[in-house]
Amino acid sequence: MTINGWIQILIYFALLTALTRPVGGYLYRVFNGERILLSRPLGWLERGFYRCAGVDSQTEQSWISYTLAMLAFNLVCFVALFLLLLAQGHLPFNPQGFGALTPDLAFNTAISFVTNTNWQSYGGETTMSYGTQMLGLTVHNFVSAATGIGLALALVRGFARRSASTIGNFWVDLTRATLYVLLPISIVAALFLIWQGMPQNLSAYTNALTLEGVKQTIAQGPVASQVAIKMLGTNGGGFFNANAAHPFENPTALSNFLQILLIFLIPAGLTNTFGRMVKSELQGWALYSAMSVLFLVGVATCYWAESQGNPQLTTMGISQPIGNMEGKETRFGVANSTLFATITTDASCGAVNAMHDSFTPLGGLVPMVNMMLGEVIFGGVGAGLYGILLYALIAVFIAGLMVGRTPEYLGKKIEAREIKLTMLAILCLPLSILGFTAVSSVLSQGLAGLANTGPHGFSEMLYAYTSATANNGSAFAGLTANTPFYNVTLGIAMLIGRFAFIVPMMATAGALAAKKYTPPSAGTFPTTGGLFIALLVGVIVIVGGLTFFPAIALGPIVEHLAILTGKAY
Amino acid sequence: MFSHIRPAIVLFVLLTLLTGVAYPLAMTGAAQALFPAQANGSLITKNGHIIGSSLIGQNFVGDGYFHGRLSATSGADPTDASKTISSPYNAANSVGSNLGPTSKALLDRVAADTAKLKAENPNALVPAELVTASGSGLDPHISPESALFQVPRIARARGLNEQQLQALIGVHTDGRWLGLLGEPVVNVLALNLALDAVGKP
Repeated sequence: MTINGWIQILIYFALLTALTRPVGGYLYRVFNGERILLSRPLGWLERGFYRCAGVDSQTEQSWISYTLAMLAFNLVCFVALFLLLLAQGHLPFNPQGFGALTPDLAFNTAISFVTNTNWQSYGGETTMSYGTQMLGLTVHNFVSAATGIGLALALVRGFARRSASTIGNFWVDLTRATLYVLLPISIVAALFLIWQGMPQNLSAYTNALTLEGVKQTIAQGPVASQVAIKMLGTNGGGFFNANAAHPFENPTALSNFLQILLIFLIPAGLTNTFGRMVKSELQGWALYSAMSVLFLVGVATCYWAESQGNPQLTTMGISQPIGNMEGKETRFGVANSTLFATITTDASCGAVNAMHDSFTPLGGLVPMVNMMLGEVIFGGVGAGLYGILLYALIAVFIAGLMVGRTPEYLGKKIEAREIKLTMLAILCLPLSILGFTAVSSVLSQGLAGLANTGPHGFSEMLYAYTSATANNGSAFAGLTANTPFYNVTLGIAMLIGRFAFIVPMMATAGALAAKKYTPPSAGTFPTTGGLFIALLVGVIVIVGGLTFFPAIALGPIVEHLAILTGKAY
Repeated sequence: MFSHIRPAIVLFVLLTLLTGVAYPLAMTGAAQALFPAQANGSLITKNGHIIGSSLIGQNFVGDGYFHGRLSATSGADPTDASKTISSPYNAANSVGSNLGPTSKALLDRVAADTAKLKAENPNALVPAELVTASGSGLDPHISPESALFQVPRIARARGLNEQQLQALIGVHTDGRWLGLLGEPVVNVLALNLALDAVGKP
């Protein structure tokens, strides 16, 4: 580790912290329906959308109606994207003449983008036409992120309201998130990224004759417009196969810095929006602090592990002054690769600027654990906030059990129904991750996809189902996942991770909204102090993480011991 | 549920037109007007021919050129299109090696490359960047140490003196942004173009 590496990490964290309050305030005003700078240029568009869709923006929905609206919209998204991928060969903006995707790949990719996972069974520049990248992938990057923001707001309204039967209007949240938040930031970010060297054109791939006289075909396309929202919406699906490691998808250290800032921007801001909605910004900062502790521990561990380099290369007399460079880009080195890897897996982004498959065992363990904790360390846009709020309910419940008192959070009594629903949501993660990994490690279809053998091969499968269930999308990419077996099972894992979590979460939101306000008393556990933050971190690690310890022991931990004894597979 | 079908379809179509048609096309127009060089792939032309992109690495193999990182990309076999073969720096199919740290294939590959590099320059430790594959397979850069390591071979091949080459590397080393972000790098294609300007191999 170097001083410079740490300075880069701390600059990042300081800037993120400084942006949290302004972003949170802006989001609060947008979703509260207040007038903002963009109301004048875009207000007519918003009202036009409602008129065409027959939506009354003043009418709110119950939790059931809100959830059904969200599910209906997601179903339309899935069907449209699935058909688009199957019809690719007949659609415009396809200079390379790419044909239809296979049905299993189209199924996997459509679910992947609708659930904000963006797992890449597809190969970017070898599979997807420009038309698909724009009309398909870019669109779903926007709307799946907007869906997440809406769901988080619905849950927070559940906390903020008293004896209420409604928790907002899905159509209004969806439209406002896209028009006033995602689109304007994406436009600015895309221009910045183009300035840094990211292509944005519709030309066919360029044929070059290299300095040594070899033909090189250089893939091109409308990259920047896709990448800006890919990061801001914590989607992560690459324009190119190598994702943000590709020099066109992440040309400079500065473009890299902007991309990681975009990942955490909305999730961090939403903690503050939450605080404002429940009328105590300190409540938001408490969640921010718990997230920050887990983030900084993760990045420190990953950076340390990768800085050690590969011990087996050291014995061959290789100089590894900055650490393990297999699968990493020179311009990012180890500090920026591990920072990116930690952030992308804390948030459910899944973009990568280095190949996680080639990380050292402990370096690769960090991204895996981040995802297993349920994507609540800032997390996906919206998904991180609703995830950590469920953990907060468990934390106050456990605190209540310890003192024998009915737990309260934000003036709401937390009772059996909420805890049951919350546990139902949280338990679907280990069920899907461990269940599918177990199945694939005994089936020949599962084992056929492995690129590495030994414990690392097991890690590849474990990582895949963890990433899919947590709706992350990054991979130990050696795994050949574009097979009917993996496309279908990973698709199901993504559906479970998204919707089997959301429905009980929304039921919790409805139950909370209906409760009356209980004023804090002398016996109320304060949820803004260090004790609560420590308890919350503990609950996330123990409830979220401990379930996975045996599986982790079989993969990265065994491999770590193997590498120390000089074993190879 | 049925009352939600109309808003779901209508809003999906409208949002698609906005974010999937208007937004990317407007960005393309703006990019072509404001930053045409970058927007078209930072291409480099020499004598009227496109010789590559300043952001995309090339597979240099000659002794008289600086070599880049290892590339794990593949491409279709020219003799049999149904097969794929190793095709380093294939800029239409980016990929890393994805070899794990305990992979025998990785260790064998590193051992073989290390032996070759040690024969070329026995006086220095082999830098990691020269025996590891980049994440994209298209890394345009190497570290300054990796460039300096190759100086004896290039000096022999081109009949240039080593100090001259070291000075050239110094000129083509890009530091961190504002001295803070990223890592110091040397763009291999730019360095080799400068090398050709000094004297032919």
